[in-house]
Amino acid sequence: MELKDIIKPENLVYKRTECLTDKVLSYCPGCGHGTAHRLVMETIEELGIQSETIGVASVGCSVLSYDFMDVDMTGAAHGRATAVATGIKRCNPEKYVFTYQGDGDLAAIGTAETIHACNRGENITIIFINNGIYGMTGGQMAPTTLLGMKSSTTPYGRESALMGNPIKITELVAQLPGTYFVTRQSVHTPANVRKAKKAIMKAFDNQKLKKGLSFVEIVSNCNSGWKMTPVTANKWMEDNMFPFYPLGDIKVDGELVKK
Amino acid sequence: MAKMRGAVVVDVERCKGCELCIVNCPQNVLANIAAQVNSKGYPYVYMKNPGDCTGCTNCAVVCPDGVLTVYRVKE
Ligand SMILES: Cc1ncc(C[n+]2csc(CCOP(=O)(O)OP(=O)(O)O)c2C)c(N)n1
Ligand code: SF4
Ligand code: SF4
Ligand code: SF4
Repeated sequence: MELKDIIKPENLVYKRTECLTDKVLSYCPGCGHGTAHRLVMETIEELGIQSETIGVASVGCSVLSYDFMDVDMTGAAHGRATAVATGIKRCNPEKYVFTYQGDGDLAAIGTAETIHACNRGENITIIFINNGIYGMTGGQMAPTTLLGMKSSTTPYGRESALMGNPIKITELVAQLPGTYFVTRQSVHTPANVRKAKKAIMKAFDNQKLKKGLSFVEIVSNCNSGWKMTPVTANKWMEDNMFPFYPLGDIKVDGELVKK
Repeated sequence: MAKMRGAVVVDVERCKGCELCIVNCPQNVLANIAAQVNSKGYPYVYMKNPGDCTGCTNCAVVCPDGVLTVYRVKE
């Protein structure tokens, strides 16, 4: 059998979702932002909610996510995405509303907005990309930076006495009564991508229940900021990020499943 | 058991040569070479061993840039 006999419409098993625009992504080669974008948009396509979804872009490398995601979107000031999403959802309770935020956005400048939206139990979905660094601005330390991890502002590694400890904001918001589903995923292998997709699907589907906020962290690489190739960065992430940020569900259907 | 045959179509201009698909292909089908680049200078992937592709979609699922379209058929 030749390739031309295989490449036929009836044999198609995977293609890029049409809920992404045709624009080439602005991300570095191998950056997990692209995969996360695709999973969110595949979910929206499969749920058939493209015209009922409103996204809120944040500040960071994904500042242009509204250019890539073919749904109604707006951009929030740095850190304020969950506050903007709150307003949108309360005015349009029938819409599916999500934010897409990095760790600098969600867990540094936007900590107050994040915590309070979670505590209020807004019926929105938060997609949180944790690469342990401020990617866009040149790889500075973020609250999520691991101890010992090098960044442009911690060239000798983060040290707790001077720079404090990394924050597990996901475990933190899971403690709040307003969160209904809290999970941590990754998108660096096919198996993890498939799991993350299921989690994102649940996080959007949950909005129908009106039982609170769904929070999906995706531990991801910033291979440029970490100064590694994409393949090495993913390996480094497995060896260093996952022990501190373990993958899996933390809260399901309003019940803590992991401390 | 019928053998699955697969094929991957590469959107060459979209590929950034990150190689995540290459290392995640269980069949060692994909490769790229420094001398073969797209208009942006990225060494795009191609099917080096097309006969070994099973159409499992792993490569496409892990590609951040939505470069790969996958076809599969029972031989
Ligand atoms: C009010 C304000 N303060 C600071 C900045 C500079 N700034 C831009 S992006 C960013 C951090 C982005 O990091 P993160 O949210 O982790 O996203 P990433 O780029 O890693 O995806 C900062 C501090 C800004 N744009 N606005
Ligand atoms: S700087 Fe980091 S987070 Fe930003 S696009 Fe590049 S790899 Fe991704
Ligand atoms: S994962 Fe995608 S962008 Fe990266 S080399 Fe493969 S096809 Fe190209
Ligand atoms: S479909 Fe599967 S076997 Fe074929 S190239 Fe992709 S990962 Fe390899």
